[in-house]
Amino acid sequence: MSFVTAENVFQSYGNRPILERVNLAVDEGAFVSIVGASGCGKSTFLRLLLAQEQPTRGEIRIAGAPPAAEPGLDRGVVFQKYSVFPHMSVRDNIIAGESFRTVTGVFRGAQKAAARERAQATLARIGLDHVADHYPATLSGGMQQRLAIGQALAAKPRILLLDEPFGALDPGTRLSMHDFLTELRRETAMTVFMVTHDLEEGFKLGDRVLVFDKPRWDPTEPDAFGATITYDFDARDGGIPFQRSEEHTYVRRPA
Amino acid sequence: MGMRLINRQPGVALKTALTILPFLVAFIAYWIGSEIRLAENPSDKLLPSPARIAATAERLFTEPDRRSDRILLWHDTGASLMRLALGVGISAVLATLVGLLIGLLPHMRATLAGFVAVLSMIPPLAILPILFIVFGLGELSKVVLIIVGILPFLIRDLSQRVLDIPREMIVKAETLGASSLVIALRVALPQLLPRLIQSVRLSLGPAWLFLIAAEAIASEVGLGYRIFLVRRFLAMDVILTYVLWITLLAFLMDLALRTLSRKAFPWTEASL
Repeated sequence: MSFVTAENVFQSYGNRPILERVNLAVDEGAFVSIVGASGCGKSTFLRLLLAQEQPTRGEIRIAGAPPAAEPGLDRGVVFQKYSVFPHMSVRDNIIAGESFRTVTGVFRGAQKAAARERAQATLARIGLDHVADHYPATLSGGMQQRLAIGQALAAKPRILLLDEPFGALDPGTRLSMHDFLTELRRETAMTVFMVTHDLEEGFKLGDRVLVFDKPRWDPTEPDAFGATITYDFDARDGGIPFQRSEEHTYVRRPA
Repeated sequence: MGMRLINRQPGVALKTALTILPFLVAFIAYWIGSEIRLAENPSDKLLPSPARIAATAERLFTEPDRRSDRILLWHDTGASLMRLALGVGISAVLATLVGLLIGLLPHMRATLAGFVAVLSMIPPLAILPILFIVFGLGELSKVVLIIVGILPFLIRDLSQRVLDIPREMIVKAETLGASSLVIALRVALPQLLPRLIQSVRLSLGPAWLFLIAAEAIASEVGLGYRIFLVRRFLAMDVILTYVLWITLLAFLMDLALRTLSRKAFPWTEASL
C-alpha cells in the first residue's frame, strides 16, 4: 500500500480553482520533486500535504491515517526563508525539534543535557558544530537551510516537505546542498516532497518528478480551470529522465 | 560638479561639532534674550540669566524645604518616577499579554482588535475628569491616566508585531509539535520583547505628557505639580530647572532602554 496518497484533491480560493482532480500515490522512502510554472499550484499542493490548508474536495492521507486538520509532528517542513528561529542559538534550534512538543517547550535537568548531546551529534553530522552557539542571522544562507533541515529531522517526521529550499542560494552553495541532502537521505530513507522551479534540481534529486500544469485552458478566462499533475516522470538512474515506469499524462493533445 | 549632497559625509570631528551646534545655538539665543531683558529691567523674571538658573538649581537639588525639611525636588522626582514606572510597567505587561492574544488567536482578534482600535481614538485627557471622579484624586487616577494614554497604542503596535511574524515560522513550530502555548511562549514572546522595548521608548513621551497633566490638575507632590505651583509666582528659574531635569530623566530612560535592548537581545543585531 502506498505511504502518501492524494485522492481526487480539489482546491480553490473563492471561485478561483487552483488544483483539480489531483491523484497521487507515493511509496515510503521516495523523493518526489514537484515542478511547474509559477502559479501552477505546486506550492498550494505542498501546503495541502502540510495540512496548512484543507482541500475543498478530496483527501490526503499519510500511512492510511485520517486526513490531518493542521500541521503536526508527522510532517516536517523547510521553507525558502524563515524556517529557523532567529532568537535561538543554532544548538537551541536543533533542540527545539525535540522540546517544542512538551508542555512548556523547553527541557530541564537531565533531559536537557541529553538533548544537548543529541543536538551536538546532529550539528556535527550537518557540519554546524563549530557555530553551535551562534545565532542564525550570523550564518550564511546555505548554513541556515542546513540548520532548518537538521531541525526538521530532529523532530523525526514521517515525511519531509521542502518548499523551494534552495531557491535563495547561490549556484555553488546549491550544489553542495544537493550533496548534503542526498547524503542525508541515504542515512534516513525519509519520504521527501520538494517543490522547485529548477528542473535540473528536480531531476537530479528526485526519484519521481511531478509536473503541475493546467490540462484545460480557456484563453478568454485563464483562471477558469485549475492545475493538476500532467506528467509523472520516473527520475531514478542518475537523474536522467529515464522513462522506466508508465508515463501518466492528462494533457489533451490536439487531434 | 561636486559630489551629491546625499553622499557627503561629515568627518568625526565635524560630526561631533554639528551635534553640539544646535544645543549651543539655543543656549546662546536664550542667553542673549535674557541679557537684553535684564538690561532693561534687572528684576525681570521671564528670562532669568543662566547663572541665576544654575544657582536656583543648586539650591533646589541640595537645600531642604524649611517647612517639611525635605529636599522637594528629590521628593517630587521620586513621586513622579513611581507613577511613571507603574503606569508604563503595567501598560507594558498588559500590552504584551493582549498583543499576544490578538496576534495569535483569531477569536481574540475578532473580539478585541476593533474594540482596541476604537478605544485608542478616545483623547485620554478628555476623560481625565472621569478618572478623577472614579479613582479619586490619589495616585491611582494618575497611574490610570498614563495607562489609558499609552496602552491602546502599545496593544495595537505589539499585536501587529505578532501578526508580522512570518507564517512560515509559526507553521514550522507547529510541525515540531508545538502547542499554542509553546508557540506563544517560545516563538512569539521572545521575538516580541525587543519590539516591546522600542514601543515603550516611543510611548515614554506621551507617558510624561499624561503624568504632568494629571499632576498639574490634582496632586500634592510631583514634578508636574511643582511646575504648575511655582507658575503662580512666575518663578521661571524653578520651572526651567524642572524642565531641564525632566528632559535629562527622559533622555536617561531612553538611553537605558536602548542599552537594555542591545544587551538583552543580541540576536536582533547579529548578522554578517
